[in-house]
Amino acid sequence: MPTIKIPPVLRSSTAGEKEVHAEGENVGELLRALASQHPATEGQLFSDEGELNRYVNVYLNDEDVRVLGGLETGVQVDDTLVILPAMAGG
Amino acid sequence: MGAPDLDTRPCGGKYGDIVRAIGNTPLVELKRISPKPGVRIWAKLESHNPTGSVKDRVARAMIEDAEAQGAIRPGQTILEPTSGNTGISLGMICSRKGYPLKVVMPDNVTAERTQLLQMYGAEVVYSPGEQGSNGAVAKALEMAEGDSTYYMPYQYGNQANPDAHYHGTAVEILEELDEVSAFVAGLGTGGTLMGNARRLKEEDPDTLIVAAEPLQGELVQGLRSLEDGFIPPIIDLAMLDRKIFVSNRDSVVWTKKLLAEEGLFVGVSSGAIASIAVRVAESLDEGNVVFVVCDDGWKYLSSGVYTKPIEELEETIETASFW
Repeated sequence: MPTIKIPPVLRSSTAGEKEVHAEGENVGELLRALASQHPATEGQLFSDEGELNRYVNVYLNDEDVRVLGGLETGVQVDDTLVILPAMAGG
Repeated sequence: MGAPDLDTRPCGGKYGDIVRAIGNTPLVELKRISPKPGVRIWAKLESHNPTGSVKDRVARAMIEDAEAQGAIRPGQTILEPTSGNTGISLGMICSRKGYPLKVVMPDNVTAERTQLLQMYGAEVVYSPGEQGSNGAVAKALEMAEGDSTYYMPYQYGNQANPDAHYHGTAVEILEELDEVSAFVAGLGTGGTLMGNARRLKEEDPDTLIVAAEPLQGELVQGLRSLEDGFIPPIIDLAMLDRKIFVSNRDSVVWTKKLLAEEGLFVGVSSGAIASIAVRVAESLDEGNVVFVVCDDGWKYLSSGVYTKPIEELEETIETASFW
């Protein structure tokens, strides 16, 4: 089952859990499964229109899903999804 | 008999002022880290700029663009959020041109960055380190809102930032290489990636543009909510073919590898970028892969990353802000 890594800013919404396992064929389904297990995450992950919130970066293993296939990106059982806030540098 | 020819020609130019000596940096092949004989990896040594980083190009472009628009004149205070390099570049340029400079910077950066800023006469205002550059941006915006006498170049939203690469870095690369299969750079403001991507894809739409970005240690991810995330307005994700994060640990490992195998003394973010360049090279059969060495290692010496074994660096890796 794929693993979802929870960033520190989201752990108050997952009862402190750092990793959550969920079922899903693609990134969107996995994130929906996370929101179903931990409803407080939903409003942070998704916009009212059901899109990934602008300041949330989601990586399939280590690649940003926005540059892959977005929420439709396919997921394998041993994959890891990493959720991170968008951080700048410079 | 005349002087013998220099082996180092071309010398990179002759300039009447240090500000004009920005750019024209060397492109160096890294044969030892290339995974395949047909794939050549090239490091664009932006560390050779006058203050030691790629940000010299950006800082000069932003200041000279503001001057051209009549938005600033000597004596006006410049305010800018930075993780260090842009502030240091502005420090040098503003000191030459007569602009007082105030920078907002996370308080967990290495001491060298503060020293360099002070050396150029800049005033440093600190933001909470655990919020990274996002915290510096928020604080600087708040300061600018409260005092209209500041002029903020705002590297995250200033088109002069990517334009400095479009008209500079990318042109220099294309002058030296007949083809570029992939270009890899760090994602901080997005300026390096956007400006180079635009110019390189004009030359060859098939050039892969790959962003390397930091996976900060958990202690540096101290934002209150995901809403505190920040995406610089100049970034257009459609210009990127891949966007890959690199952990601080892997960044340090590759920084050491560049030093040991290629003799390159670079900043930690450049280690991360090199690791992605090699990964991209593995996926190609032939061609040139160019990556940007954004700065040299001097500013990070006190962190111990170049001298201590990786096992002794766990705390530094978790808490330091290298990008």
